[in-house]
Amino acid sequence: MASPRRVAIVPARNEEGAVAGVIEELRAFDPGLDVVVVDDGSTDRTAEAAAAAGAAVVRLPFNLGIGGAVQTGFKYALEHGYELAVRLDGDGQHDPQELPKLLAPLVAGEADIVVGSRFADGSSTYRPPFARRAGIRWFARLVSLLTGQRVTDTTSGFQAVNELGIRLFAHDYPHDYPEVEATVMVFKHRLRLKEVPVRMREREHGTSHITAPRSLYYAVKVTLALLVGVFRRTAVPLED
Amino acid sequence: MTPLRISIVASAASLLLILVVLELIRSRRLRERYALLWLLTGVVLLVLSAWRGGLNTIAGWVGATTYPPAVLFAVATLFILVVLLHYSTVISKLSDQNVLLAQKLALLEERLDMEAARRSPPA
Repeated sequence: MASPRRVAIVPARNEEGAVAGVIEELRAFDPGLDVVVVDDGSTDRTAEAAAAAGAAVVRLPFNLGIGGAVQTGFKYALEHGYELAVRLDGDGQHDPQELPKLLAPLVAGEADIVVGSRFADGSSTYRPPFARRAGIRWFARLVSLLTGQRVTDTTSGFQAVNELGIRLFAHDYPHDYPEVEATVMVFKHRLRLKEVPVRMREREHGTSHITAPRSLYYAVKVTLALLVGVFRRTAVPLED
Repeated sequence: MTPLRISIVASAASLLLILVVLELIRSRRLRERYALLWLLTGVVLLVLSAWRGGLNTIAGWVGATTYPPAVLFAVATLFILVVLLHYSTVISKLSDQNVLLAQKLALLEERLDMEAARRSPPA
């Protein structure tokens, strides 16, 4: 079987210490995988580090937030005619070793989007702090309710999509905390979503920028977006 | 009945609002499409301020008979709310367009750099 053209989308903001390692790991693991780093308005040398490591670098002129950055990556994938795209974070918490698990269902044609879930197998050792765990659980319940399919991890940024997914996300992708809404969007467009259990690593560099008051703000905002989004018509026609 | 002095002051204020908006349009500091709501606000307030009988009638409808000018405040507040909400939609649209432009610019820039690198390979 000819291997499909595939690209890794790596959104990165001020990750000069970690991004090169992520790219090298990806390359070492799968030499046929192109890497595009979306530099979301970094003030350090993230873009230079990524370019030196051999990735294509798309530099946003200012910070758009994770949703806008990731969407830029999907637009890149669409413009360059990639058949598969995998998204993983520039801070090294997503392990390239887990990539085959994400890509296999796409290559086999069993799903249009595959999400690496930290909880799908029930035996995860990942123990987030209480507030985050509560948030993850709340959205998992809400999304399961809205979509009618059991979803265990709606906040995972470790995802892979096929051409349908690339096209959908290039045209329409939610803003600053996008994964939860994107999951519901995927169902509304009748794409097939599959969760696979993955391990995730602790962050190697930097700190998560999501603080407690912020998480509450995002939780409320995303819940509003989800509930209102139910009444929105699907805006993106996926067939040409 | 509305005190005459209130009617005069409110009319003058409404007229001033209308004139300021017209001047902003004339000097091209305000686009017509955003000025329309403000003009409407000014005209409605002017009518209610100057037409004392009308204000009293409306005050009677809504039960503000002890102090009819309260209707003026209510109407002004309502219009301000509408204008603000309108602006929120404008800002939302602008920021969506802003994101789109930033993404397009970044993608074009990457493409341009790639082309340049291909034409003149580093020695």
